[in-house]
Amino acid sequence: MTVAALPEQNKLVTRKSRWMSLTRLWKRNPAIILGIILVTAIIFLAIFGPSLVPYDPIAQNYKVRLQPPSSQFIFGTDKFGRDIFSRIMTGFRIDLQIGIVCVIFPFIFGIFIGLISGYYGGFLDNLLMRIVDISVSFPFYVLVIAILAILGRGVLNMYVALIMVGWIAYAKIIRGEVLVAKNMEYVLAARALGYSNGRILLNHLLPNIISPAIIFAMSDVIMCIMEGSSLGFLGLGVQAPAPEWGVMIADGREFITQAPWLSIFPGLAIALVGISFSMLGDGLSSLLRPTDR
Amino acid sequence: MDKVTYITGRLLQMIPTVIVITVLVFLIVRLIPGDPAVTYLGIRATPEKIADLNARWGLDKPIYVQFGLFVVNIFKGDLGESLISRIPVIDLIKMRLPLTLFMAAYAAIIAVLCAVPLSLVAAMNKDKFIDQVIRAVFVTILSTPGFFIGILLLIVFSVKLQLFPVGGVGATFTAKLRDLFLPSLTLGLGLMAVLTRNLRDGIIGILRSEHVVFAHAKGLSERLIMLRHVLRNAMVSGLTILGIYMSWLVGGAVIIETVFALPGIGYTMVQAILGRDYPTVQALTLVFGILVSLIYLITDVVYSFLDPRVSL
Repeated sequence: MTVAALPEQNKLVTRKSRWMSLTRLWKRNPAIILGIILVTAIIFLAIFGPSLVPYDPIAQNYKVRLQPPSSQFIFGTDKFGRDIFSRIMTGFRIDLQIGIVCVIFPFIFGIFIGLISGYYGGFLDNLLMRIVDISVSFPFYVLVIAILAILGRGVLNMYVALIMVGWIAYAKIIRGEVLVAKNMEYVLAARALGYSNGRILLNHLLPNIISPAIIFAMSDVIMCIMEGSSLGFLGLGVQAPAPEWGVMIADGREFITQAPWLSIFPGLAIALVGISFSMLGDGLSSLLRPTDR
Repeated sequence: MDKVTYITGRLLQMIPTVIVITVLVFLIVRLIPGDPAVTYLGIRATPEKIADLNARWGLDKPIYVQFGLFVVNIFKGDLGESLISRIPVIDLIKMRLPLTLFMAAYAAIIAVLCAVPLSLVAAMNKDKFIDQVIRAVFVTILSTPGFFIGILLLIVFSVKLQLFPVGGVGATFTAKLRDLFLPSLTLGLGLMAVLTRNLRDGIIGILRSEHVVFAHAKGLSERLIMLRHVLRNAMVSGLTILGIYMSWLVGGAVIIETVFALPGIGYTMVQAILGRDYPTVQALTLVFGILVSLIYLITDVVYSFLDPRVSL
């Protein structure tokens, strides 16, 4: 009797700890709550920000050049008299889009390749490992810049370059997980039952090994936003006059002595987005891997 | 296994990587749409001049002959001529590589010098206020792009306090130490964050391990235990991270050199791509690739000396 009751009890315990009440979650994992609130706010700004701005983010007005922050222009104006606040608000959409596009495509593609490569091995696996070797032989920005040298600079090519480099990490993570998991009992059992490889991969393996990729994706969003703005800063990604934060910081660099706010506010915006996503990522990772805390 | 076999084996492992790097770099210029001779000649281009230049560069020959020539030229030290400055790229690299290497090494030293004490403090005060503060600061640093941190440091230390120059670098060693402090600090902050976190976790693990408990039981002084038993063990894993992130430092130079207007190879690469100077882009990609492979090699070799358990 007691033997039969035991698994039932365990189930209850895990269910309870997984569906903690909100207050208990807040106590144990405040990062995830704060992260969710901030990221929701950022997504809200990315959707509605461009329509909430007081001024046109691109229209030039030479009468109000390089104004310091005031009640009229709360973050000041740049060398063309454009309102920094309006530009930053519009920039939420651009920078978040970089973060999302450059994570979603590598995420899907990398997981697909990693699953197949780890499960079947053979030629594709060898090829993948060589690609991994090469990609770590170059510093990240050198690789991206070399790809941009071939494709030409600009937003679209920046996306292509970041995606071309980005998927490798996901493939590597998932491949490693598959190599461990494919000899576990639940996979062997599924095989013994005669399930197709596709069904084993998608229904059995994937749900069990996807957490590390999701945790990585959270920090990857931040990295992609930073990479996108860095390329904008270098003049290789998003091009002026688009109000991308990296481009704005680059614009402000020449006025760093007279008008430091030109660079400071867009930088703070990037930092805000970065910190919000890393809180969400940290919270998520301690939720998905409770033993790791 | 003796060290000579290990190092030879490790050197041999590098060969395929270097070959693939060379092929890829060779392809960069061939994949770029447009005729490099036209780009080089600009408005002076005439059909005869273009044909002449293509013949001189070997671009009229079959692709495998071109590759052979490319490899032979690399061994001769001929990496082509920069289209912007019109001097041999190899001379450009000789002029500008030392600055980048100096900065990367300086950044690594700053990172290690700060990370070791910070991780000790954090580990000994695990989960206390100071540990949380150190973690929060480094999360902020890792979530902020390096070029923005660089600009903030410029605004505070160069523009407001005027302690450091806004750009450029002096000739003497002491001048370099001063002028490159802010760029190297910016470059090293990310490494410092990763290293501190890793060393802290390592130290916490080692503090719990049996040989440290035993050392305490023997009555050894706290200081001796920390230095001889804890820190030395923690440094071994720290070194691997240092090796991986050295390539990060070299690559980060691309951005930090642009922020601080320093003429290293990173800055040169950005200028080259903006100016469509493809021979320079090509040569610098090769230099970066080989540099990173060398850094990995050195890390592995040093690691094998520090940790006797390592084998190929």
